[in-house]
Amino acid sequence: MTTGAAAPSLAALAAAYRDGATTPTAVTEGCLGRIDRLDGRIGAYLAITRDAALADARASEQRWRDGRPLGPLDGAPIALKDVLCTRGVPTTCASRILERFVPPYDATVVARLRAAGAVILGKTNLDEFAMGSSTEHSAFHPTRNPWDLQRVPGGSSGGSAAAVAGGLALAALGTDTGGSIRQPAAFCGVVGLKPTYGRVSRYGLIAFASSLDQVGPLAVDVRDAALLLEVIAGHDPRDATSVAAPVPDYTAALGDDVRGLRVGVPDEYFIEGLDPEIEAAVRDAIAVLRDRGAAVERLSLPTTGHGLATYYVIAPAEASSNLARYDGVRYGLRVEGRDLIDMVSRTRAAGFGPEVKRRIMLGTYALSAGYYEAYYGQAQKVRTLVRQELDAALARVDVIAAPTTPGVAFEHGAKADPLAMYLNDVFTIPASISGLPAISVPCGFSGSGLPIGLQLIARALDEPTLLRAAHAYERATPWHARRPALG
Amino acid sequence: MSAPAGAWEVVIGLEVHAQLRTRSKMFCRCSTAFGAPPNSQTCPVCLGLPGVLPVVNRRAVEYAVRTALALGGRVNARCRFARKHYYYPDMPKNFQISQYEEPLAEDAALEIDGPDGAPRRIGIQRLHLEEDVGKLVHEGTLETAAASLVDYNRSGVPLMETVTRPDLRSPEEAAAWLRAFRAVLLYLGVCDGNMEEGSLRCDANVSLRRAGTDPLGTKVEIKNLNSFRNVQRALEFEVRRQAQALDAGERLVQETRLWDADRAATRSMRSKEFAHDYRYFPEPDLPPLDLDPAWLAAIRGDLPELPRARRQRFVEQYGLPAYDADLLTQSRALAEYYETAVRAHANPKALSNWIMSELLRELPGDDEAALARCPVPPAHLAALVRLIDEATISGKIAKDVLVTMLRTGEPPTLIVEREGLVQVADAGALAVLVDEAIAANPRAVEDFRRGKAAAAKALVGAVMKASRGKANPAIVDRLVQEKLSRG
Amino acid sequence: MIERQDVEHVARLARLAMDEVELERMRQELAGILAYVDRLRQVDTAGVEPTSHAVPLVNVMRDDEVAPGLAPEAALGNAPDRRDGMFRVPRILEDG
Ligand SMILES: [Mg+2]
Ligand SMILES: [Zn+2]
Repeated sequence: MTTGAAAPSLAALAAAYRDGATTPTAVTEGCLGRIDRLDGRIGAYLAITRDAALADARASEQRWRDGRPLGPLDGAPIALKDVLCTRGVPTTCASRILERFVPPYDATVVARLRAAGAVILGKTNLDEFAMGSSTEHSAFHPTRNPWDLQRVPGGSSGGSAAAVAGGLALAALGTDTGGSIRQPAAFCGVVGLKPTYGRVSRYGLIAFASSLDQVGPLAVDVRDAALLLEVIAGHDPRDATSVAAPVPDYTAALGDDVRGLRVGVPDEYFIEGLDPEIEAAVRDAIAVLRDRGAAVERLSLPTTGHGLATYYVIAPAEASSNLARYDGVRYGLRVEGRDLIDMVSRTRAAGFGPEVKRRIMLGTYALSAGYYEAYYGQAQKVRTLVRQELDAALARVDVIAAPTTPGVAFEHGAKADPLAMYLNDVFTIPASISGLPAISVPCGFSGSGLPIGLQLIARALDEPTLLRAAHAYERATPWHARRPALG
Repeated sequence: MSAPAGAWEVVIGLEVHAQLRTRSKMFCRCSTAFGAPPNSQTCPVCLGLPGVLPVVNRRAVEYAVRTALALGGRVNARCRFARKHYYYPDMPKNFQISQYEEPLAEDAALEIDGPDGAPRRIGIQRLHLEEDVGKLVHEGTLETAAASLVDYNRSGVPLMETVTRPDLRSPEEAAAWLRAFRAVLLYLGVCDGNMEEGSLRCDANVSLRRAGTDPLGTKVEIKNLNSFRNVQRALEFEVRRQAQALDAGERLVQETRLWDADRAATRSMRSKEFAHDYRYFPEPDLPPLDLDPAWLAAIRGDLPELPRARRQRFVEQYGLPAYDADLLTQSRALAEYYETAVRAHANPKALSNWIMSELLRELPGDDEAALARCPVPPAHLAALVRLIDEATISGKIAKDVLVTMLRTGEPPTLIVEREGLVQVADAGALAVLVDEAIAANPRAVEDFRRGKAAAAKALVGAVMKASRGKANPAIVDRLVQEKLSRG
Repeated sequence: MIERQDVEHVARLARLAMDEVELERMRQELAGILAYVDRLRQVDTAGVEPTSHAVPLVNVMRDDEVAPGLAPEAALGNAPDRRDGMFRVPRILEDG
């Protein structure tokens, strides 16, 4: 393989390592070379751990040479969203308040990747504290969409999605709270999977909204997403919300057969405001599934429409609590003041960006005396209704198919109004607040050459069915193989 | 008691925080040991580092359940943790994981003796689990300190908060209740009760109302009551202060006051512009507890006899005066000690006397550890009393023997034999000593003949002295009487 | 409608220093978002249980076992200010 070309899939990589066609060092150097050449324009990374990556690659190379690789991910260069704690490597959440924070521990998912032999290339950019849908709200720099540098890569895992799309990493981990893996995956033309809440440990994932956050893979194809999920999924005694159920063999669940699969298409996801090019691409994708033997039926999910408002109460409320710890006392930024309260208030004012402050304010208000029931309490009840409705639908069908986003990647600065930005998440939020697994796979391109994502949602812990459907679709279509022309 | 001036009725409720005797902290595996160097017993979890998650310590739950069941409380079928928000640098997350709407247990009670000796049932409104905060050290006093230092060793130590109903009617009664509550915790083995080390901390709510009226007066909260004495003194001060104010026609403000033991006064903490707004909401990182009835039943089945029940039994079973029973049941270890001794030698009252007058002079009866370390095991004390009862040694000699026992840990028989302390009961040998005493004390003989019966005592004393205490005093007394009356 | 003093109160609760201009901008933005979110009030949720957790787990507990934590040097590694092995903070005035 030449070091200049976009990288292969993880699955192909393992075969090449086994055959000696290439080596972890060569592939890692290839990624680092592309980062050197291209990341100045894309801005996918906040930090590149070059020396550690090369050392890890050499160790992996030795294991492959000895015929004792740690698994299919051994030697795979992977990028991590900078909300995942890495021991000894700054973890910033793209926020000034954590600019100099160096965790003394690894997140469980990071430890699992390391144990599987993965080579960690660096930490990717995001909207500050994962609050946003464009990766414009990073305190350090925005990330650009590899398909069109004038446009956003989506968010908040925009750095991870852009890195994978641009070949600056073979795969990446992101986090999804209201769509933050799926939406940037759709914008960047890659596969993004949000696992069932509780499927993957959150220990070491810097919390945005605890009851919603979930770590998941961004990859060039469905098989790679399955490979990564298999490594990071599973019970973690450090996370009381992690599920103890055994981890299935996700790659074995792939295949291209969807005969008998029941696919539900909800009317409410094809509404006014949906880009007609997206509607057409998604309806074509559903037709592909039908042609391959799936039974497609219409669904109605009327409560889904309340998802966005529900989310914009619950997520900020939990965020206001989770972000209370950034006070300049134990770590992170400190701005001196007259006394303690003054120090804390100035530190937080200087350390958080406008979107984070907005959400902290909104969440604090929603939890404050006299408003709790009307906002947080009511939102948690509506959440129950949204989930019940999705559960009922998924009792009839195996997966729900819908667009991932209402529009394609927009231009930088186009969504200055916070509410307009929030509307981006309207299709991804229902699965988030219900804790259900969902995936976005490339399903076409707009006339302007921008990727479009098909979203599939499955029952809790039924990632095997989700992956099977996504994989079958991917096998029948060419979209995932397209790469942006970056030179 | 220190009755308030006029016709005011005192209404007191206590809020007690007890540190549970677990090995590890409430939500992480750091040690709870007291007295370690600053910040040497911390981890990412109890430092509130970004990305960490709590996991509940089962033993802390078990201890709280044990306490609740022992006090006749209702353990809630379902309970959950909640976040309580306020900013303070000793609290690493700026929220405390506590319980709010669904506490572990409610509606318990603890009986104490009322002023007239009749039992008074003091209601316990709720009992819940929470985490402790760190320790603040001020550089100077709180008011003058330019800075403060924080040690997080204590952060995350499990606390059980117990809130009484406002059923207490005097400062004395409040102190008595706290003593009784502490004894229960010690009996249950759930708390070491050490108030100096902060294992047991008490806040009080006090208000006055016109005797016979229902509505409660303005409530004042007093903090920092770190000993029984301070509880009583602070409440006495506060009752006086409030009574004087009310007598003078002033209005009291609802406020929090701090007890200053050095100045023997309460003083207002900075007055609050607005009430605290803790913004409680269910802790999303901790699934609810839905405690297994079988587990609760097992804990219930394992409950020890509580102090009051044991006291009652001591009176009935051993014929002890209430005073003795009260002292002997002050701790489970002491009561255990006593009963073991009685089983070894059935002279309940004599053993009670020896424990109360001799043993408790050497060690505190509520100090379980000290009792466990006591060099005189109950079997040895029982053997000592048996030696007296069998007239092998006199009570006076026994006291000397006990001194040696406490020093060496040896059994009394060994000491008595080695030191030749066996009582002289041989009338022939004693008669010689009596004759010598009569010969040496003509004055006493003269007095006796003139009708001063007490003079015989001086002669008995002389014989006891000559025998170095080994003479059997009853026999000596009989011999003296005989010889003197024979004239 | 969210008022200026509400915004001020919330900013104080959240420990966010804001000047007049920021407070007013924040008021407008919050008002816009709240106006959207207020649609939730119309949803009939009588008898509906709130969802706090997306997974139906209960009784997740761990054994009471001690494990080594961080060395004090590591615990204090990120401290903005420290002294005598402790985290140092400016003087504390009770509540504000
Ligand atoms: Mg408390
Ligand atoms: Zn800890």
